[in-house]
Amino acid sequence: MPPKGRIIVSDLYCKGCELCVGACPQAVIALNPDRITAKGYHPASLFKDGCTGCGICAIVCPDAAITVYREDLRARRAIPAGA
Amino acid sequence: MDTQEEVIVYARPDSLTKTNTHYCPGCTHGVAHHLIAEVIDEMGLRERTIGVASVGCSVFAYNYMNFDFVQAPHGRAPAMATGVKRVFPDKVVLTYQGDGDLASIGMAEIVHAAARGENISVFFLNNANYGMTGGQMAPTTLPGQKTTSSPNGRDVETQGYPIRASELLATLDGASYVVRRSLHDPKNIRLAKKAIRTAFEVQLRGLGFSMVELLSTCPTNWEMTPQNSLKWLEEHMIPYYPLGDYKVNPAVAEIKG
Repeated sequence: MPPKGRIIVSDLYCKGCELCVGACPQAVIALNPDRITAKGYHPASLFKDGCTGCGICAIVCPDAAITVYREDLRARRAIPAGA
Repeated sequence: MDTQEEVIVYARPDSLTKTNTHYCPGCTHGVAHHLIAEVIDEMGLRERTIGVASVGCSVFAYNYMNFDFVQAPHGRAPAMATGVKRVFPDKVVLTYQGDGDLASIGMAEIVHAAARGENISVFFLNNANYGMTGGQMAPTTLPGQKTTSSPNGRDVETQGYPIRASELLATLDGASYVVRRSLHDPKNIRLAKKAIRTAFEVQLRGLGFSMVELLSTCPTNWEMTPQNSLKWLEEHMIPYYPLGDYKVNPAVAEIKG
């Protein structure tokens, strides 16, 4: 099972350029038409499950607007087999 | 998901200020900014770094990078960086320049700074036009490329050929590390970050002049979407400006190895 991840996109920095949308290997990022930033952009956000927390969106983001979290795999390994 | 079971893969680097930038959406200036900030954070250099901002879109770098900055007259960032570095040899001095600044009005300063082997790091953003003033033709504009001041495309008969700054500076003995990287996809962005790190290592070891040229996009003035401008960069700019290491002093090669 791939690791689970999530991203938080800052409304302060995001300009809706869609570079993260094009770069996401899982294709789970899209601009959110229901949100609007103070500058008038629709910010990017996760629109479905499947984020693995790979961080590629954050690498290509020109505004460093994305914080990427990933499930701690050490915690998963700590669960004994068969539990 | 319980937050205690999560690790942070990426967070905005401390060396960027908490302000949004004036750059157009999708402009890769921002990518260069966060790469430099990440490297400075990772190397713990923030308290001893002095940046020199140029003129152009890159002028506001002093508002976005969270360390000491001075602003140079147009094209004179390498000359000012020379002075800063000679007065404060213990500081890490970088310049952040665009192609209109470095390859046009500032050509004399960059060539002589490299020839003197000044111990500074230069980050050179090449987006093939003058972005801030409205997309005029720059020395790096490709042959046939349409800009607001070459509406029929750059004609090399009357307007000459683009300047390949990295190849030019690599011929100088004072230059220790001169490379060209691109910011058009995640792999090349990672390679660019490594080059930025090596440039700082070169300076910290006193090995002389280092420059990283970064091929960059200008979606607004190229009149493309940010996604299409990345494709245009890959298809048109990289064939003319090949990526690679143009000058790696043998002493620098040891750091890389």
